[in-house]
Amino acid sequence: MSTFVQVMLDGLLAGMLYALVAAGLSLIWGVMDVINFAHGEFLMVAMYLSYWLGFLAHVDPIVSWVASGAFVFILGALTYRFIVSRCIGKAAMAPLLATFGLSMFLKNFCLNRFSPNFRILQTTVLEGKKIILGDIVIGLPQLVTGLFSLAILFALYFLMKKTRLGWAIQATAMDREAAELMGINTDRIYLLVFGLGGACVGIAGGLLTSYLAVHPEVGALFGLIAFLIVAMGGFGSIPGALAAAILIGLVEALAGFYIAPVFKYVAVFAMYLAVIMIRPKGLFGW
Amino acid sequence: MSDAMLSVNQIHCAYDSVPVIHGISLEVKEGEIVAIVGANGAGKSTTMRTIAGLMHPVKGNINFLGEDVTQTPSYAMITKGISFVPEGRRLFSKLTVRENLELGSYIEKNRAVIDERLEEVFSLFPILKKRENQVAETMSGGEQQMCAIARGLMSRPKLLMLDELSLGLMPSLVEKVLETVVEINRKGTTILLVEQMVQEALEIASRGYVIQTGRIVQEGSARDLLESDSVRKAYMGL
Repeated sequence: MSTFVQVMLDGLLAGMLYALVAAGLSLIWGVMDVINFAHGEFLMVAMYLSYWLGFLAHVDPIVSWVASGAFVFILGALTYRFIVSRCIGKAAMAPLLATFGLSMFLKNFCLNRFSPNFRILQTTVLEGKKIILGDIVIGLPQLVTGLFSLAILFALYFLMKKTRLGWAIQATAMDREAAELMGINTDRIYLLVFGLGGACVGIAGGLLTSYLAVHPEVGALFGLIAFLIVAMGGFGSIPGALAAAILIGLVEALAGFYIAPVFKYVAVFAMYLAVIMIRPKGLFGW
Repeated sequence: MSDAMLSVNQIHCAYDSVPVIHGISLEVKEGEIVAIVGANGAGKSTTMRTIAGLMHPVKGNINFLGEDVTQTPSYAMITKGISFVPEGRRLFSKLTVRENLELGSYIEKNRAVIDERLEEVFSLFPILKKRENQVAETMSGGEQQMCAIARGLMSRPKLLMLDELSLGLMPSLVEKVLETVVEINRKGTTILLVEQMVQEALEIASRGYVIQTGRIVQEGSARDLLESDSVRKAYMGL
């Protein structure tokens, strides 16, 4: 029994992190109808930043996530201004292919600069610390990352639902022209949304460095899982993303433990296929 | 020309280089209700969209309160004092009435001013007060139209532009909505409206323009237009 609870807890914490990564993608997708193919690479960039800040300047990930979030916010905003804004309104595939190109660039840039080696931060504040409740062990880095991701997600949800800026973002998503007529500079909203989407994944990446190794390919799997979550949770829906992310976290943990570690993604993708075949608009889509 | 609040001078507009407006000029003076009437596809909405900055003319210019606004982007028009209620209402369908109205005064940052304006539009449309927390798309067509007008008023515009208010409303409701327009005008807002319901529109307007295939074919006081044979024949079936 306690093993089961342990596995569920691991899945839950992983799911919370996935939710934050996916929320960034979902936000951009929901507002702009643009798939940011470089989303996973944004995570990788955030992880490298956090890693180097920790390695060279001895800034702990528990602090440096602020820098990662801010850095990827700017990276996102620049991506919108110089790449995505030029593709919008052209062929539907244009932003997708352009951001795919950006992802290739980022990946190969890091490969070239930092080598393909796995790098992990040693001696972080949380390293090796754990909470032990009877037979259940919770790693503090995972716990802090999970809860933090959840908190950021709630903050994002609050921003979208309860503030005038959030309404303006939603209005832009629903009817860009009508939003313009309200005096909303929708180009600026797009810029902000791309930045915010980047900040989500940037914060997630910054936190993740406390227990996961960095390498140039690290973003690929996270990016893919984020797509699954967004498609399953419904485009642009933050609660949907959270629910789908936790579901994926749980399936991954359960399959990894009770079947075999190599099968955990088989189970995740099989579930995705099943959901999409039965309910193409996703579990929580409108 | 100089006393006009809005003057549109010989504008030509095109969609993807297909010309649809061939040199339209019109003006609106402060305090007036001006109606642009004409058949479907005549170019009425295009004219309105161009004035609102959603598209820009290929030739000609638009002046508002002595300032050239021909190339002003649409989001900046509201700060100049022009508010546009587009055809088909275009409410933010999944937001509540309250949130829609709040967005109408998006450019206003002072909370007290916004609350004051909310009270104003609620007194003009009491039904909206009752529907305050209802999602816009769940309201009836008439209520949605009122919400759209109210949203347009939330910036306290100098000029309110209304495009096809009557669309999709039953006749008794059209009359009610137009009465409200007169009331808004009486309180000091200048109005430019576009209508396919020619008679109803001209009855509340002070002046009117008749548009046909991208050109103004007739203009004058609303009364003269109502009595003119060509208007009666073409648009009122008399």
